[in-house]
This record gives sequence, C-alpha cells and structure tokens, in this order.
Amino acid sequence: MEAFLAIAIGILSGSGIWLLLRPRTFQVIVGLALLSYAVNLFIFGTGRLRSGQAPIIAADSPVVVAGVADPVPQALVLTAIVIGFATTALLLVVLLAARGVTGTDHVDGREPQ
Amino acid sequence: MSPWFQHLPVVPVVLPLIAAATILLLTERTRSLRIAVGFFSIVVQLLVAIELLALTTEAFPDIWPQGVGAYALGGWPAPFGIVLVIDRLAGLMLILTAVVGLAAFFNALAYQDRVGPHFHALLQFLLMGVNGAFLTGDLFNLFVFFEILLAASYGLLLHGSNAQRVRSGLHYIVVNLVGSLLFLVGVALIYGVTGTLNMADLPARAAGLSVADRALFDTAAAILGVAFLTKAGGWPLNFWLPGTYAAASASVAAAFAILTKVGIYALLRLGSLIGSADALGQAGGTALLRPDLFHGGLYYVGIATMGFGIFGILAAQQLARLVGYSVIVSSGLLLTVMGLDHAPLLAPALFYLVGSVLATSAFFMLIGMTERAWRVPAPQPAAPADALPLVAGDYVPFGVRHSPAPHAPDDAVGVAIPAAKAFMGLMFAFCVLLVTGSPPLSGFVAKFAILSGAIRLASAAPSTPAPWLLVIVTIAAGLASLIALTRIGMRLFWSVTGRNTPRLRMLEAGPVAMLVLLCIALTAAAGPAMGFLEDTAGSLRAPRVYVDTVLAAEDGT
Repeated sequence: MEAFLAIAIGILSGSGIWLLLRPRTFQVIVGLALLSYAVNLFIFGTGRLRSGQAPIIAADSPVVVAGVADPVPQALVLTAIVIGFATTALLLVVLLAARGVTGTDHVDGREPQ
Repeated sequence: MSPWFQHLPVVPVVLPLIAAATILLLTERTRSLRIAVGFFSIVVQLLVAIELLALTTEAFPDIWPQGVGAYALGGWPAPFGIVLVIDRLAGLMLILTAVVGLAAFFNALAYQDRVGPHFHALLQFLLMGVNGAFLTGDLFNLFVFFEILLAASYGLLLHGSNAQRVRSGLHYIVVNLVGSLLFLVGVALIYGVTGTLNMADLPARAAGLSVADRALFDTAAAILGVAFLTKAGGWPLNFWLPGTYAAASASVAAAFAILTKVGIYALLRLGSLIGSADALGQAGGTALLRPDLFHGGLYYVGIATMGFGIFGILAAQQLARLVGYSVIVSSGLLLTVMGLDHAPLLAPALFYLVGSVLATSAFFMLIGMTERAWRVPAPQPAAPADALPLVAGDYVPFGVRHSPAPHAPDDAVGVAIPAAKAFMGLMFAFCVLLVTGSPPLSGFVAKFAILSGAIRLASAAPSTPAPWLLVIVTIAAGLASLIALTRIGMRLFWSVTGRNTPRLRMLEAGPVAMLVLLCIALTAAAGPAMGFLEDTAGSLRAPRVYVDTVLAAEDGT
C-alpha cells in the first residue's frame, strides 16, 4: 500500500510540475490542482497508512495507539483542501480576468514572438 | 495576574476579523461608517500592540517576568492545543504592522479605496493574517495565517484592477500557491517525523531523533525555509516581487512593505527554535543544526539576493520597480546577516528591518503621489495639442475630483499646498537617505552598526572572507541605490516636463510625513532602541525561555 501511494504521489507531482511550467494559464491551473492533490495525499501519508481504523479512542477501552489512526493529519488535510479549493477558485477568476483584459491565455499576457 | 491582561494576545487576531466582517456587512452607501470601523480597529491594534510590548519588558515585572507570554486558545494545554505566543520580537513586529497599516489606511482614503470594492475589509484581513503569523506558536497555524494574509494580498493587489495588475497578479498568485504547497510538504514532514506541530515542542523532539529521522527533519526544515524565502524575496525566488509591487496601487504597496518581513520573521523564529535543538538535546544531537534551516546556506542566498537587487536597481527605469528592488536588497542584507550567525549582528539587523519597513512604505506612497502629479502632461511634443482630452476615468489629474463610485461623498477635497513641490522633494530626499542608508538618518545607523560588527568579526578571524564580502556587497548596494535614485530623482524633480504644480491632499501627504518622522525619531532615539533590540536579539539567542513558557502555559482563563 505504501509503494502504491508513493507512486501515485510521484505521478501526480510529476504531471503537476510539468503542467505548471507550461505557457498557458489553463495548464498552469490544472498543474496546481494536481500538485495540491499530491500534497494532500502526502499529508495524509504522514499519519502512517492504516485501513479500517477509526481515529477515535473509545472511553472505556484501554488505549492502544497501534490500533488507532492518527487524527491530526486528517484534520490538516481537510484544512489544506479547503484553503486550496478557495485559492484555486480565486486563481480561476484572475485567469478569466487576465484572458479578458489581455486577450490571450499566455501567462505573460502576450503571445511570444 | 489580572485576567484581562491574559486575553490581550488574541486581540490582534480577533479584532481585525470582526472589523472586516462588519465592514463587509455595511453597504457602499455608508462609507464613513466603514472608515470609522476600520480606523477604530487599526488604532486599537496599535494600542494593544504597544501594551503587549510593554508587558514583555521589565516595566511590568509581575505580568510576564521572563518576557514571554503564552495564550492557550480554548484553554487546551500547550503541546496539544494551539497557542499564541507574545515576546519582544513579536510585539515589535505587531507595532510595525499596525503603524504601516495605519499609514496605508489614511493614504487610501484620498481616493484609492474607492477605485474598487472592499478595500477596507481586505486591509483588515491582511492585518489579521500578518498579526497572526507573528503571534502564532503552531506551525500549521502559521500556514493558515500565511494563507489569510496571502488571500487578502491577492485581493488588494487586484484592487482597482487594470491589465498590468491582472498580469502581475497572476504571477504573484501562482508563485505563492506553489510556495504554500511547499510549506504544506514541510509541515507534514515535520509532523510525520516528530509528531508535533507546536514550535516550542520541536527542539526537544528534534534533538531526540535517530540519524535517519534527523535527515528527514533537516529536509523538512529546508523545504519550509524555501517556502519562507519565497515570501521573503530571496534569490532566485523573487522574480515576482518588483513587478508585483510596481503594479499595486500606492497604498497597497505601502501595506505590502511588511509582507516580505513576515518571511524573514518566520525564518528568524524557526531558526532560533530549531537551532537550539542541540543545546537542548540529550546525549548530543546526531547532526549539527544551524540556526538558519539551511546549514549556513542562508548566507550565500542573502549575498546572491543582494547582488540581484543591485543589478535590478541599476537597471530599473520605473521608480516603483526601483523601490521594489530595494526591498529585495534589504531582504538580502537581513538574510546574509542571519546566515552569518554572529550574535552581535542580530540587533543591528532588527534595527535595519524596522527602519527599512517604515522607509519603503513611505516611499511607495510618495511614488503614488509623484506618479499622479507628473504623469498628466505627457511629454509628447510631436503630438497635436488637441489629440487627446484628459480622460476623466484615469485617476485624478490635476487634483480634479473624480469619484469612481458616483454616490460616494466627496469629503476629501483637493487642497493646494503652496509648498507641495517642496514637500515632495524633501520627502523624496528623506526617503532616498533612508533607503540607501546614507547619513544622517536611521538607515545609516543600522548599516553602520552592521558594518562595524562585521568588520570586528572579520578582524577577529582574518582567515574567513565571509564578513568582508558582506561589507563589500552592503556598501555596493548603498552606492548603487544612491546612483539610481539620484538619477531618477533628477528626472522627476528637475526636468522641464514636470512643471505643473502638484496638488496634494493632507490624507496622502500626512502618512508619508508620519512614517518619515518616525524614522527620524528612530534615529534620534537610536541608543535606547538599539538597547531594546539587543535584549530582543538576546532572547532569540536563548529560546529556552520561550520553550519553557509555552510548554508550561496554563489554560487561558
């Protein structure tokens, strides 16, 4: 499972960085979205990978940390998703404004000669 | 300890949040009410910041006797709950933020807050993010506050949008989004390795790591450092900075003067804490952590930043871009000094930081005034005289009142100050002296203290070239900016094309004069100020008090 997640993060960040370096604004925003997926998965992975385990310790049972998922990365990733969503939406608006104001979708606001 | 003192540290975060929400609820029709709310919020922030700083000094020995105060949000104890921490450095930065915010607020009242919606709300959100970043004692909350201040800065940059602002805004947003992703990677790695996000808890955890984990921790610290360097404008991550600052409207650029220093502050704070890991570590650390997150590499980044800034200053054709490059130079100088890691240099560096924020903020507002006054009679001798009527929509030519929001009251009437041109020339001269670090103003005091400390360090250890390089590059930067600013000043103030007498408004001129006067006061009180900053630097060098206070913090009731 670890190898699978690592490969997924690698593919996502690789594609994200490649798209980020492209000259069209739409490619840049898709690249940023892919990169933020990679980062979110990465944050999730720092809590160690476990399946089928709740992040809650029951009040009456003895505390066995090995049997419980770490809740902090889950909280972090939720916050990161919300913030990333908001900033991406904002960037989308700026992207459309730039398209309207400059008449091109090149990131520099003008076509290369 | 009286209970209300304990709740003061949360005010600089909560107050601008409430003020911004209130301003958003008020309609455009009630502009004076919006202004009143914004003004109240900033003034109270300033007073609270001064009070907080006073509480950390010896003047109130019974409140926070060690100079560090911790506020546990929600009453959860420190390593698990989120804390706000106030010490002298944080208090100083809070005051600086409120002063710059106040200046930008007044400057914008002249007309800039009316060229687009929601200026005052965005300014409050910006102040909230900056204050929170200075106060927080939690790594992930640092990320959240960075995002708040960045989101507000995106809105402010695009305020009164034109093609140039949209274009550079796009670059600014993309660069900062990537920086935020790096920040997240660093934070996640640190949590994965140490199991804590509390900055005061980090040193002890880092010191107890195994060799393999220590390597991961160092990597995470370096990734975080890269994110901070992006905000601080360190080379090669600063190509966005001059264009962005030049595109922003004057009062926005004035408020942005504090933003690069947030990155510097984060580097200082984390460097101070993480660098102490070995001192705290039991049985010795596995690797020697340097207090700059980069194992000494910060020095070279700083030198390269200054070099880049020098070339940019000499090449810049536009005054706002030139000042943007001088922001880069000041960041570079601070990074270099931090990278040298020499205790007596830290206090002069902090002095330089305060002076340079005030000076660049004043300079950006002055540029806004000169550009408006001088742009109108376009020097086009070839064009026919009646070619273009003055476009009414283009700012405020000749002080002709034009309110983009037609129903907004025109309470700010342009007043012709007889000595307007003399005032602007004088302010320009002061700003040049401050930014270049020429005598007799505070920039010179700061640079002189840094240079004398560096020369003393160099003569103590003659074999190392690092301090000499700092001395040479600092002097070269001062010379380059003096040449460039003199050249551009002669073109602005002595050329025949700009003969029209500019009309000034007190709202625009006042904040510039206020910031310059503050710099002059800082020069006059350089001795006591330097003494206070030496105490501040001393507490940064001994983060044990910070760590102990935060971890021992009781609930905030």
